[in-house]
Formats: sequence, structure tokens, C-alpha cells
Amino acid sequence: MIVAEPKPVREIVEMVKDFDRILVLGCKGCVTVCNVGGSKEAGILASALRIAKRRSGASVKVGEHTLERQCDPEYIEEVKDMIHDYDAVVSIACGVGPQFLAERYPAARIFPGVNTQFMGGAIEHGIWSERCAGCGTCVIHFFGGLCPIARCSKSLLNGPCGGSAHGKCEISKDVDCVWDMIVRKLMEQDRLDDLLQFKPPKNWTTARDGGPRKLVREELVR
Amino acid sequence: MSEYKSGSNLEKVLRAGQFAFTGECGPPQGANVEHLREKARHLKGCVDAVNVTDNQTAVVRMSSWAASLILKEEGLEPNFQMVCRDRNRLAIQSDILGVYSLGIRNMLCLSGDHQRFGNHPEAKNVFDIDSMQLIHAVKTMRDDGKFLSGQEIDTPPKLFIGAACNPFAEPFEFRVHRLAKKIAAGADFVQTQCIYNMDRFRQFMKRVVDMGLHEKCYILAGITPMKSVGMARYMANQVPGMDVPQSLIKRLQGVGKGKAAEEGIKFAVEQVQEFKEMEGIAGVHLMAIEWEHRVPEISQLAGVLPRPQL
Repeated sequence: MIVAEPKPVREIVEMVKDFDRILVLGCKGCVTVCNVGGSKEAGILASALRIAKRRSGASVKVGEHTLERQCDPEYIEEVKDMIHDYDAVVSIACGVGPQFLAERYPAARIFPGVNTQFMGGAIEHGIWSERCAGCGTCVIHFFGGLCPIARCSKSLLNGPCGGSAHGKCEISKDVDCVWDMIVRKLMEQDRLDDLLQFKPPKNWTTARDGGPRKLVREELVR
Repeated sequence: MSEYKSGSNLEKVLRAGQFAFTGECGPPQGANVEHLREKARHLKGCVDAVNVTDNQTAVVRMSSWAASLILKEEGLEPNFQMVCRDRNRLAIQSDILGVYSLGIRNMLCLSGDHQRFGNHPEAKNVFDIDSMQLIHAVKTMRDDGKFLSGQEIDTPPKLFIGAACNPFAEPFEFRVHRLAKKIAAGADFVQTQCIYNMDRFRQFMKRVVDMGLHEKCYILAGITPMKSVGMARYMANQVPGMDVPQSLIKRLQGVGKGKAAEEGIKFAVEQVQEFKEMEGIAGVHLMAIEWEHRVPEISQLAGVLPRPQL
């Protein structure tokens, strides 16, 4: 899933300080699963904004609503009658949501309520970890099912570097060295030859380096 | 004898079977050319080539190619270092052409410390290619006369290709294989991370020799003399991938205040003596960090002077 974290309420209050009619818009997709942007969090943020606004003496209307997804035009359509009742919309979907809203409702003022982080999953309750960098050409089968592009701090394809110690990355003791994991796993699987194979420079054209990406699947295009 | 790959002094020394002795010089954090020249002068006549670091520990310094040229003007042979952190494949290849065109003949290929360590931790890193791919790229440019794109190079750069090796990083059992991989990718010589744990290094070299890697590549053992007990503790606890045994720290503590530096040099000299005899070791790489003025004394004590004139 796409993992996000809440922006500090203080920051959101500052963003919308000039507006008195605010809609908090949640999303039932990834951000609901990672407890940052679903209907529950929309309710909490709306209350926090009401309190903050009232404290500053303003008369305020804060609405809340949660869409099935904010990355799909058909669901974005759902707020077409409601959105004009507000001066500002705080989307707590990932970075896709506020952009879809901004494109569909050009007159509306859209604000991001979360900081979108990465593609990953929950490794423990309340702890998420990155797994995919969306490079556009998946190669994890060469590396024991572990992605060095997303998980090595230097995206090495021929690791590990000299900074790997006690299974941790040189950048922090809180970061696992994925190359340590790759090497141990492949050696356990008796796949030393695979590790010794030179991996040539990656073609980054399918990653963000090739420019903003667009995917067209002809069989689905109507 | 077949012709030289680059014709650098370092290559000639190693090819002649002489015990090589290389030094290191970090460019200034500024444009203080005079200070750099002064540091370089200490090394002159003591070493076969001088590594010029490339924004080491991710701290901005004078570019390694520019500092390499200044060293060259001082009559020293540079070993130009390049990291993959700060350049993509376009900049890498153009800098390779540039340094070769200006007379640089040795190049050490590194991934580079992560920018989080340095003075610009907010920077975006590059890591378009890794050190293994860099080694291979320099070799392809030199031997096949081709860029990474496959396009032919009009007058290929002929560089003597160096790689780094950390025998102490983990997973330990894989390190010798990684060295083999770097040699297969094109490394002509290897300079190791600073060695303090001699037992572990002996084990490592035994595996290197068993695999015959020393016959395919020149291996230079890395030495950084300890200046103080504090430095030893710092290296032991703060520098990732560094193995400093407690026995060495105790030895430095044992000599009393103000004498640790001399003891550090003594240990370094003992190391050189052992490396001269160690099977598979072709030389020593002395990284006397901001201690260039002590290099003449260390090389004298280690008995590596005078350096061969080839």
C-alpha cells in the first residue's frame, strides 16, 4: 500500500487559516489501512480544526466526508454538489487524491493533510516499512525476493557496500542492510553463483528518471 | 612483457614486482591551494601514488580531479578517486575522459559514503550506477573503447583501475567473493579498508590466496596510524565497517599520556613489516589522515624508502 503520515495539526491549521468553511476529505484506500486518512481520521482532524478555529474566535463550518477512493475519477465525482459549500478542502488521501480533486474542481482550494511516504507494508502494529520504489522493472527474483533498489540506501545492484555492519546499514542502526539479508539468504539457498553474477547498470527509463509516467493498457481502454 | 594498461607509475611499480607504497591526501574544504601543495610536499618521494579523495564522508571539498591535477603539478602521481553518490553515468564518463586527457592515469572506483554522514545531509543522492558497475565501465571504456551506451569512444581513456575492499564489513564470509567479483569486473588493483584486526585480515588473505585472487589483481593493504586513544575509540565505535580490537586500544592506553601517537606509528610500522612478508600482498596503502607530515618518518621507519624510479 501507499503509506502516509499525518501532517501536524498545527501546520494544517496554518494552511487553512484564511478559510472558515473547510471540508476534510478522507479516502477508504491505502490511507485507511495505514490509519492516517480514513473516515475515523477525517473525524478527528475535523474536530481538531473546529477546536482550533473556535479558539481563534472564528465562526467556522468544518465538514467531513470519506470517499471510496480519491485516485479514481468516478469517486471524485461524488463530492461535486458538496464541494462548493466550502472554501477549502483538506484531503487526507495520499498525494494522488488532492491532485485528482484539484484537477476535477479547478475553482476549489485543495490542501494536503498528510505527508505521503512510500510503498510498503506494516511490519508491526504502528510500524510501516518501505518495500518498493516503483522503478518500473521488477528484478527482485535476482535478489531472493528482496528489493535492493528500494531498500539499499545506495540502491546497489552489486552490494553490499563496505558500510554494512551487524546486519545494519551504515546510515543508521535502525535501518536493516538489505544486502546483508540478500547475501545470507542466497548463500543459504546455495546460490553463490547468482550473487557473483555482475548486474549491469540499470535502465532507469521506466523509473521516474524517464520523466512522469503514464500507463496505457490498450485492452482496457474503451 | 605485454604493454601497460595505463603506464602509470603505480602500475609500473606493481608490474615490476616491487612492494608498492601509496599515500592519501584529502582536498581542502575550500580553495586553499597552498595548504594542499604543502601537504603534498610531505608525501613527495615517499609514495608511488597518492589517493585524492572525492568528497570523503560526504563533506564538500575541492573536487578530486582538480586536487589531483594540483598534486600532479607538485610532481606526485595522483590516484583519482571517484564516488557514485554525486554523479550519474553522463558525468562519470565525461569526468573519466577529462581526467585522462589531463594526464591522470590511476582511478579508484567507489560507491561513496551516504550523504547522511556529511555536511549536506539534505542532498539528493545519485547512485545511478554502483562501484562494481563503475569498475566495469572504466574497463569497457579503456579496453573496448566504448561508452556505457555502446557508442565508440574517439581515443579511449587508459586508466589503471582501482577498487576498494573492506575485509571487515559483514557478511564476512561473502567479502572475499565480492573482491573476486570486483576483479572480474575489471579491477587491476585493490586498496583495502584500514586494517587493525590482523588476525581477521590474515584469515581473509588466506582465502584470497586459496582462490588465487592475488594472481589476478594487486592487493594493497590499508593502514591508518592511530593518533590517539580517542581516535581508536572513535574508529571502533563510530565508523561503520571498521574493526578495531580492544587489544589495540589497550596497547595505546598502556603507553601513557602523550605517547599514544608514537605507539600508533609503531603499530603501523609493524603492520608494514608483516605485509611485506604476507603472501598475496603487493603493497601498502597508507591513509595518514591529516598527518601527511608524519609520512616521511613512517615510510622511513617502515623501510620502504627510497621508492623505485621506473
